Amino acid sequence: MPVAIKAENISKAYQLGEFSTGTLSQDIERAWYRFRGKEDPFLKIGETNDRTMKGESNIVWSLRDINFEINQGDAVGIIGRNGAGKSTLLKLLSRVTTPTTGSIKVRGRIASLLEVGTGFHPELTGRENIFLNGAILGMRKHEIKKRFDEIVDFAGVERYLDTPVKRYSSGMYVRLAFAVAAHLESEILVVDEVLAVGDAEFQSKCLGKMGDVSKGEGRTVLFVSHNMASIQQLCNKGILLLNGKLVDSGDTESIIKHYLKLSANNSLITQNNIEIDENTVLEEFKLTENIRQFEKIEFVLKISSNLAGNVKDLKLVLESEFGERVCVVDLRGEYVENRNEHGAVIVIKGRLVNVPLLPGMYSAGIYIETTLLKRDIMPLGVFEILNENQFGEQYSRKLTGHISINLEV
Amino acid sequence: MTEILTEKVVAEENWDLEIRPQNSLFNLHLRDVWQYRDLLLLLVRRDFVAFYKQTIFGPLWFFIQPIFTTIIFTFVFGRMAGISTEGVPPPLFYLTGTVAWNYFSECLTKTSTVFRDNASIFGKVYFPRLIMPLSIVISNLVKFSVQFLLFLLMLAWYKVDGLILNTNYYILLFPVIILLMAMQGLGWGLIVTALTTKYRDLAFLVAFGVQLIMYATPVIYPLSSVPEKHRYLIELNPLTGLIETFRHGFLGTGQFYGQAFGYSIIMSVIVFIAGLIIFNKVEKNFVDTV
Repeated sequence: MPVAIKAENISKAYQLGEFSTGTLSQDIERAWYRFRGKEDPFLKIGETNDRTMKGESNIVWSLRDINFEINQGDAVGIIGRNGAGKSTLLKLLSRVTTPTTGSIKVRGRIASLLEVGTGFHPELTGRENIFLNGAILGMRKHEIKKRFDEIVDFAGVERYLDTPVKRYSSGMYVRLAFAVAAHLESEILVVDEVLAVGDAEFQSKCLGKMGDVSKGEGRTVLFVSHNMASIQQLCNKGILLLNGKLVDSGDTESIIKHYLKLSANNSLITQNNIEIDENTVLEEFKLTENIRQFEKIEFVLKISSNLAGNVKDLKLVLESEFGERVCVVDLRGEYVENRNEHGAVIVIKGRLVNVPLLPGMYSAGIYIETTLLKRDIMPLGVFEILNENQFGEQYSRKLTGHISINLEV
Repeated sequence: MTEILTEKVVAEENWDLEIRPQNSLFNLHLRDVWQYRDLLLLLVRRDFVAFYKQTIFGPLWFFIQPIFTTIIFTFVFGRMAGISTEGVPPPLFYLTGTVAWNYFSECLTKTSTVFRDNASIFGKVYFPRLIMPLSIVISNLVKFSVQFLLFLLMLAWYKVDGLILNTNYYILLFPVIILLMAMQGLGWGLIVTALTTKYRDLAFLVAFGVQLIMYATPVIYPLSSVPEKHRYLIELNPLTGLIETFRHGFLGTGQFYGQAFGYSIIMSVIVFIAGLIIFNKVEKNFVDTV
């Protein structure tokens, strides 16, 4: 398979904060430095993009030295937390802005879908907007004409074709917009999280269409989403970004696993002390990492509070890798009530026995209700149910679903 | 960390596109612009359709603005101030100036906000940015044609009425004048819009500056009525030669100021090229600053 996209050392710096004040004098200063052949003093090297830390300069590297290659026909999911640089990467690929350093080489036409309905004019009819939007996305008029019926068919808005789109329902609007984009004749399709709109039926239709695009038509797709389920469904490759750096790339499954581990490690458990509210602190949380099905999960939970009777409710929560809540373990009872005296520490050392979860990655956290607030603290840890049953036999394929129930006859 | 997604393929180095930090200042992507010519036409069409949708008079509105401007100019500058119109009926004199001036000023004011007005589109999808200002110039050209028709109608009406005009061969320069005005409107507009991505102040300056410049251009008065001593000031305005020649060709007023016209040509070309280069430089990263 030939390479469709090759990124070499791409970085992107952004200036933080206000632009207006002092811009002119800074510009003159920078121009003066460049004029003398010195390095731009405002691009300080070495600052990473961690939004939780306070940086020294007001330049931040949204992407840093990214290298990758993408083969033709691959569907690649770009994964990372908010602010990891995913959108910046898509912006560079779709040529909305240019990298600060490095280069991206591309074979074929790129069509980007960072937003549906870019350039739709509310006063124009559906028909007129199909042509306008198609042209904005880089299609020639005759190409649009050729695929016009397909587009209308896919969007399912035939009756409203000659109505201004300002009278469309938001669902119809999105359907039409996506339909135009999905029928682009480009070799590479770059898609941001645009599928968060529309009803479930249309969403699966879009995913199906994008699957066709990569598998059936041999086009390359780059896809950013927070929804791991759709990434898994659509992509065969993944790229994991963390604070503007590429930390892993490979097949989707392993990248998603890596991401989930990362997000758990990064989420405060390393600090051990998580403030729940002003009176309550989660001091410790521990969990068994890998078990087989129907084995037990051991956990330790330590909460301290300087108010009597502060903790009203406490539950252990397990979620699937796609963020669906799978089960809840009620921890109320003598643990909470009896030890909840003034300045007391609640320590629960427990075991979940006969865990009936199917193989896969899960994350664990707690739900807590105090006199001040109710909140989920997720994820505190990630564990894996290994792909074998209690007798050590491997399942031949990955099962979908989350729970298996033992049968007695 | 350098990890390669799949086994590296020794690919032949024929890439279709290379995205780099700083392209050459003079690479204007004109081939791209040509590729997107359908978009240019669709945008022009959009401007029109959107303009007269849900109006009663529709395209008639294009007539109304110059007619009222002419009436007011006739009243204020013709009757009250009594400024010379070189023997031509004041309404005809003012309409000529207004129609020509409007084309330039609309090109300038509309292109000067291109980045700001289209920030949301430019931030989401790539197409040659130059398409947008070009579509503005062409939209305005269509609008100008409609208004020019009004001017021709008025001219014909006066002729039928028995007015003798000194229409002469300089009328043949008409297409050149329009082209030069488009180049200047576009050029200045591109410079302003490029600078306003960082310095918003300029947008305010343009909004009333254009009105002031009209008075520094022989639109409502002939160049000949300007006192000798100050005439060079008006002649420094690169639009002076164009408006004067336009009126001279059609109405036979004044004379052909060869020097002013030559100066206008040179300035138009300079402004146009400078605008293209500055716009091209800013276009690539303006999304980060706007």
